[in-house]
Amino acid sequence: MNNEYDVLIIGGGVIGAAVARELSHYKIRIALLEKEFDVSFGTSKSNSGIVHAGFHSMPGTLQAELCVEGNRAFDRLSEELEFPFERRGSLMAAFSEEEIQILHMYYERGRKNNVPYMEFLSQDKTLEMEPNLNPDVLGSLFAPSTGIVCPYEFCYALVEDALQNGLDLFTQEKVVGVRRGSARSVEVETEKGLRLSGWFVINAAGLYADEVAKAAGVGDFEITPRKGEEYLLDRRVSNLVRRVIYPVPTPTSKGLLVIPTVDGPVMVGPSAVDVESKTDLGTTSQGLKMIFEHAQKMVPSIRTSDIITSFAGLRPVATGDDFIIGPTKMKGFINAAGIQSPGLTSAPAIAETIRGILLKEGLKLEIKPDFIARRRGILHIRKAVEDRDFDKVEDAIHIDSGYAKLVCRCENVTEAEISEAVKRGHTSMDAIKFMTRAGTGRCQGGFCSSRVMKIIEKETGTPLEKISKKGPGSEILLLPFAKGKQD
Amino acid sequence: MKKELICINCPMGCSLEVTYDAEKIIEVKGNDCARGKDYAAKEIFHPERIVTTTVCVKGAPIVVLPVKTEKSVPKGLAFKIVQAASKITVNAPVKAGDVIIRNVLGTGVNLIASRTVERD
Amino acid sequence: MKLNFDALIIGAGPAGLGAALSLKENGIDDILIVDREDSPGGILLQCIHNGFGLHRFKEELTGPEYAERDINLVRERNIDILLNTCALDIISEENHKTVVLLSEDKGLLRAKAKVVILAMGCRERNRGNIAIPGARPAGILTAGFAQKMMNMLGHPPGNEIVILGSGDIGLIMARRLSWEGARVKAVIEAQAYPGGLNRNIVQCLHDFDIPLYLSHTISNILGAKRIESVEVAPLDHGVPAKPEGRFSLACDTLLLSVGLIPENELSLKAGVILDPATRGAVVDANLMTSVEGIFACGNVLQVHDLADNVSEEAACCGKSAARYLVGERVKKREIPLKTGNLVRYVLPACAEVGKEVIVSFRPISPAQNVTLVIKTDTEELLRKKERKIFPSIMHRINLKQIPENAAYLEVSFVSEEK
Repeated sequence: MNNEYDVLIIGGGVIGAAVARELSHYKIRIALLEKEFDVSFGTSKSNSGIVHAGFHSMPGTLQAELCVEGNRAFDRLSEELEFPFERRGSLMAAFSEEEIQILHMYYERGRKNNVPYMEFLSQDKTLEMEPNLNPDVLGSLFAPSTGIVCPYEFCYALVEDALQNGLDLFTQEKVVGVRRGSARSVEVETEKGLRLSGWFVINAAGLYADEVAKAAGVGDFEITPRKGEEYLLDRRVSNLVRRVIYPVPTPTSKGLLVIPTVDGPVMVGPSAVDVESKTDLGTTSQGLKMIFEHAQKMVPSIRTSDIITSFAGLRPVATGDDFIIGPTKMKGFINAAGIQSPGLTSAPAIAETIRGILLKEGLKLEIKPDFIARRRGILHIRKAVEDRDFDKVEDAIHIDSGYAKLVCRCENVTEAEISEAVKRGHTSMDAIKFMTRAGTGRCQGGFCSSRVMKIIEKETGTPLEKISKKGPGSEILLLPFAKGKQD
Repeated sequence: MKKELICINCPMGCSLEVTYDAEKIIEVKGNDCARGKDYAAKEIFHPERIVTTTVCVKGAPIVVLPVKTEKSVPKGLAFKIVQAASKITVNAPVKAGDVIIRNVLGTGVNLIASRTVERD
Repeated sequence: MKLNFDALIIGAGPAGLGAALSLKENGIDDILIVDREDSPGGILLQCIHNGFGLHRFKEELTGPEYAERDINLVRERNIDILLNTCALDIISEENHKTVVLLSEDKGLLRAKAKVVILAMGCRERNRGNIAIPGARPAGILTAGFAQKMMNMLGHPPGNEIVILGSGDIGLIMARRLSWEGARVKAVIEAQAYPGGLNRNIVQCLHDFDIPLYLSHTISNILGAKRIESVEVAPLDHGVPAKPEGRFSLACDTLLLSVGLIPENELSLKAGVILDPATRGAVVDANLMTSVEGIFACGNVLQVHDLADNVSEEAACCGKSAARYLVGERVKKREIPLKTGNLVRYVLPACAEVGKEVIVSFRPISPAQNVTLVIKTDTEELLRKKERKIFPSIMHRINLKQIPENAAYLEVSFVSEEK
C-alpha cells in the first residue's frame, strides 16, 4: 500500500467530510482517518440539523463570516449530493417588551453579518405562521434563510462523493502520533500502528483536536466538552411547528429550541452544560425537565409523553470560544478545531477556507476533469406512503423488488433501502439507523432490529453475534454464553 | 411447621398458609379452590415444574425449535434439562408432540417438540 | 390474484385467526388474512413457555402449541393467509375499504373488502417512552426483543442481566435466561406492586432467588460501548431518592419490560378514534370501531393478559362482523358504559339495550375484599365479592340482557366497609 498522501484529514465528522469532499475536486491524494466505526459517529451524529441563518454570531468573528457563507452553499450541495435539506426559515420568539428590544439587537447582528431577508413579525403574523406557538408571544424575528438538514446523511453524502473521487477512508483508526517525517512531510501514526504520511495534515478531530494538536507539539488550546441533550417527539405531533423556533437568548445560552427535522418528527433541545469528560454522553433527568419547561413556554402543547427517544452530544468548545482555523507552527499541520455551533452550517465554508490555506501554503491544486459532483441518494418510500402516493411505491418495486419488503414499519423503511446502505459501507446498527431511519420511530427498533441484523448478515457475511450498535465492543448479542448453542 | 406459598395454578395466585410436618400437610389456608391444596402438598414435598426450552433444528425455515417436558419434572432438574437440550440438533420435519429426548434425565418424562416445522 | 373480499383481517395472531374462524363459522367464506411475518401465529410463536389455553382447552399449552391449534383449523377450513405482507393504509370508500398491502411476493396490492378486522396486536414500551436518563450503549433491549432473539433465532442477549419492569414478559425472560445459565441480578419495578401475575413472580423469580425491588427505578445507565451498570434509586411517592440512597448494579444487559401499547398507527390512518385509557379503538358492543365496517379485537383493542381471552374476544368480533355482512345492522338504543370506583377502563364504550354484552375492565390499583358492582341508573345487574383484585388481571363479565329502560351502565369495585 502506498502510504504517501498529499493531505491527511484527521476526523470523519462533518468538518473532515466537507474538507475531504472539497479537496477531492483536485488531482491530489487524500486520506481521511476516523477513530470510530463509521464517519459522523462523534459530535456530528447528535447535531440538531439546523442550517443557521447567522444572526446569532458576533459580527467580525470567524463564526459569523463562515456561517452565512456556509448557509448559502447548502442549496447547491443538497442538489449535487441528494441529502435532505429544506429552507424552512426560523422565528426568534419574544415574550416581553425587553425581549422585543433584544430582537432588534439580533436583527442588527444579522444585518452586519449579511443575513438576507430578515424581518420583524407582529404577534398576529407570528401566530399565523406558527399557530401552535404560545399566544402570549409578542412578536418575532423571521429569518427565511434558516434551513434544516439531515446531519448524518449530509456527512455520509460528503464522504461518499469524496470516495467516488478517490478518497482513501480509514475508519477505526485513532491517531496517537503526529511527527515530522522525511523531507517536509508530516507522519501520522494510529493506535493500531498504521502510518501514513502527507504534505499536509488537517486537524478536524472534533472533541479531541486539542490532543491531536498536542501530539503534533502545537497544542496551544484546550477543547472543553459542552453537553447538549435533545428529545425527539413522536411523528404523530410532527406538525407542532413548521419552522425552527428560537427563544431570545440569555447572556449564557442560545437557549432551547423547537426544531422540525427533515424526516418529520419535531425535536426539542439542546441544553448547554459544560462537562468534565469527553465521553459523558448521558442524558439527565434535570436536562429533560429544564428542556421541556422551556420548550413548553414557546409551544405549550409539547408533552413529555410524546418523547420517543433522547440523546446527548458534546460540542467541542475551544479556548476563546471561536473556531480555530489555520496553519500552525508545525509546517503542514493545519487546524480546523473548536468547531461548535454553527459548525455544521459553516462546514462548506470551512472546507473552502482550508482549500485557500493549502493553496497559500504551497499545495498545487489542479482540478480533476473527471470529478463526479453527483452523489445519488437512497430512494426512500416513506414519504410516498405517508402521502398515499402508492404509485410511487409501485414504481420503486419495479426498480428493486426489495422495496416490497417492509423492514421498519414505524418509519416505512424497506429491505431495498437497508441493503443499499449496507452496500455503501454502513454496517453497524446505528449507521443503518442514521442512513435509513430504520429503528428511529416510535417502537425504537423493537420490531425491525432483528430484521436489520439479518440483512447485514446477508449482505456482508458477518455472523449475527458480531453485528454491533456502533462498532466492536457494542455487539447487540453477547457471546459466548455460559454454554454454546452453536456447537 | 408453617410456610407461606403463592399458588401458581392459575392467574389468581392465592396466598397459601401451609401447616405441615415431616410427612404430610396438616392444613392449608387461603386457597380459593381445591387445586391450592394439591399444589401446597406438591410444592412442599416434591416441587415440580414444566420445563420449556429450545433445541437446534436443521433443514427448516427456523433455526431453533421450541420443546417442553411432557409433564412436570422435579424443579431441581430444570437447569440440567435445559443444558441437555442445548446439545441436541434435530432434522426437519418435526411435528409438535414428537419425542426429542425420551425419558429425559431418567425422570420418566419425555422432552417433546412444541411446534411443527416443515422441511425448508 | 383475487383482490375483492367480504372480510380482510390484518394480523394472523390469535386474534386474527380467531376472528377468521368465527367469520367462517357464521357463514362468511370470502376471507383474507394478511400477516407481516413468514408464518402465522403472531407473538405466540416466541412465547415458548407454558400456561396458555387453561380456559379454552382445559390444558396447559405453550404459545406455539396454542397457535398451532388455530392455524390447523384455519388451514382445514381453507381460509387464505397472505404472509410476508404489511398493511400500509386503509382507505374508506363508498361501499368498501381499500386496504393497501405491501407483499414481499406480490408487490403493492390494493385489496377491497366490505369489512376490515384490525388484529395487529401490540408493541412494547421502550426506553424512549419512559425517558430513562443516562448513556446509550449497546445491551439495552426490550424483553420481547430478547425473547425473539433467544427463542426464534437461538441467541441469548447477555450474561449479567438486570430487568426493569415486572411485566409478565420480563418475568418469563428472567426464568428463561436463568435456566440458560445467565445471571439475572434483579427486577426493578417502579410501582409498589408487581406488574405481572403472582404465579410468574413465584415460578420466575422466587425459584431462582432473583430479588424484586418494588418502588424502585433506574436513575442512570452507564457504559460507553456496552452497558456496564445501572444506578437504582428507591422511589418515594414516585420521586427518586437522593444520590446517597441509590445503589449500583453491574450488568451487561438491561431488559425493559415496562408495558405494552396497542399497535394502532394503521387504525389512526383509517380514521379510527382511540380511547386514551386502553390506547385501542373506541368500540361498540359489536366491537366495531368509530369507522363503519372496521372492527377490532385482541391486543390491538386492549392489552390482554391471557391468549384465551384474546381468542374469545376474536370469536365475538368475527360473529358480529358476520352479522354486519349479512345486513343485520339495525341498532337498538345505545347506552354508554361508565367507569366507577377503582376501575381504570371499561370496554366496549357502549352497549345496546335488550341485548347481550361482554364487558372487559381492569382495576386501577390492587385491592382486597371489595365487591364488584355493575349497575344501571335504576338497578343493580351484578354484585360479586372479590377477595383480591390486581391491575394485572383483566375482568370479563358476560351480561345476558341489558334492561330496556337503562340510561347507562357503570362498573365499580366497592369497599366492603361501606
